Amino acid sequence: MSCPPYSKTELMICVAARLFEDATTCFIGTGIPMLAAMLASKTTAPNIVPVFEFGGTGAILEELPRAVGEARTFHKAISAQGICDTMETAQRGFIDYGFLGGAQIDPYGNLNTVVIGEHDHPKARLPGSGGGNDVGSLCWRTIAIIQHDLRRFVPKVDFLTTPGYLTGPGARETAGLPRGTGPVAVVSTLALMDYDPSTCRMRLKALHPGVTVDEVKANTGFDLLIPSQVGLNEPPSDEELRLLREEIDRERFYI
Amino acid sequence: MQILDSGRGEIIQPCDMDEFREWNRAKKMRKLVDKVMTEREAIAQFVNDGCYIGTELYGTVRCPMSLVREVIRQGRKNLRVCGQGVLELDLWLGAGIIQKLDITYIGLEVYGTSACLRRAVESGQVVTCVEWSNAAISWRMKAAAMGVPFLPTRSMLGTDMLKYSAAKVVEDPFTGIKVALLPALVLDVALLHVHRADKFGNCQIEGISGFALEMARACKRLIVSAEEIVPTGEIRKYPDRTSIPYYLVDAVVHAPYGSYPGEMAYCYGRDEDAIREWVEMSKTVEGTQAYLQKYIYDLENHQAYLRLVGEQRLARCVELRERRQG
Repeated sequence: MSCPPYSKTELMICVAARLFEDATTCFIGTGIPMLAAMLASKTTAPNIVPVFEFGGTGAILEELPRAVGEARTFHKAISAQGICDTMETAQRGFIDYGFLGGAQIDPYGNLNTVVIGEHDHPKARLPGSGGGNDVGSLCWRTIAIIQHDLRRFVPKVDFLTTPGYLTGPGARETAGLPRGTGPVAVVSTLALMDYDPSTCRMRLKALHPGVTVDEVKANTGFDLLIPSQVGLNEPPSDEELRLLREEIDRERFYI
Repeated sequence: MQILDSGRGEIIQPCDMDEFREWNRAKKMRKLVDKVMTEREAIAQFVNDGCYIGTELYGTVRCPMSLVREVIRQGRKNLRVCGQGVLELDLWLGAGIIQKLDITYIGLEVYGTSACLRRAVESGQVVTCVEWSNAAISWRMKAAAMGVPFLPTRSMLGTDMLKYSAAKVVEDPFTGIKVALLPALVLDVALLHVHRADKFGNCQIEGISGFALEMARACKRLIVSAEEIVPTGEIRKYPDRTSIPYYLVDAVVHAPYGSYPGEMAYCYGRDEDAIREWVEMSKTVEGTQAYLQKYIYDLENHQAYLRLVGEQRLARCVELRERRQG
């Protein structure tokens, strides 16, 4: 079999981009979420309102932001305010989606971006929460975009930075997190996952082209729920690839 | 109010809101006084060893890099720091001058994790990391800016972030829901960079304001660097744009290209090659030292730094600036 004419990262970005619902408010984290948002805004969701944590709301995404505060996050924007404004907007329930990355994810969609190992004597000190915890706490629905391997898909995150469903059904509400919020999807380099409503555990939803269920299981460090019907994600279209390569990441920071 | 849960993190900077009121009464001048000085004078006068300090916005965006470098040049040490940083806190970590961190995010954005943060924390050189989300640290400053001892929030709950912070969970006495209480944060000194200021310290920022407004109101001493020093008439012509009034400000430093190699909205874009140089050199202790030597210790001041960078590179950054357009 010949190699597909696209990379795993490109495929992951395309599948994530298709999850953007048009005319919604979307909190966009650093990195891959920015590429997905930009691709979505140029294809299936031209009316999304991107929100970047340091104050940019409603930007026209013509150039890829390399950081959540740079001028591209408020290019031709509706509003350029500050972090309290964007986070308070999320806290009062106006942000529909949050798109996030992470170093580790567990079956309940909890994310870690703080440490590998113990907090006080870490094996590796990672950057920290940034706005991640806030996005996972305050947006209505969150979507994680993360590379699929055993180091990242773990039974228990070393440090619970960004809340998914915590320990399972009802745990978010018990902890005091806003009612009716939580993760709804994970896009990886192998597949698209969602969550089983009765257990809040991650469940395979659709495979990427050429990927088998066994391959997904072998790269997941916990028991992923496998439903009887598993879908198949479309490969990137020529137009999606053209947009990614010629307009979105010309400098090849990510793809 | 019953405390349901407490973070185990240290309150690195305990705050007394009456003391802060008294400070604002006694130490902040009502008179319009010329506060223009050099980086050297401002840091020498207001930044002490062991002080609690913060910078805004962050390393590649509207960041007071000339002040940040001067803190290293003057050999300040044992700093207690909040942030939220890219190049600026990375330089401080690389120079080994940070002792305690109220940390939200320190990394190199598209270039990944920070080698300086890893070395400093994993070796124990930074003795304490208390975890906060970006909103939490900003709301802690907002509480101080409001003059209240804490603010309730619905962030951080149920996670290890809460556990390794110094927040407390209580039941809201009005509605019964659980909220995380964030203690007010009053910094000893804050450094921030603005587009224009007059000699008294009236400041205007263009583009996003990050957490500048909150930080400026949540510190005992505020050093502002500005791309441009303008006559007060310019300020009074557009008073709606003055987000940081003079009475918050203790020092005004004229620092053209003050955010370089980071960007300044509508003035200049970032110098990607210069940022990559730090990313590469900071990977090793030797590289980090060589970088600090070349760009800080061997140079007298910000003007010498700009001469080393050269007009050509600065002009290229101006070319890359965000432009206002319809």
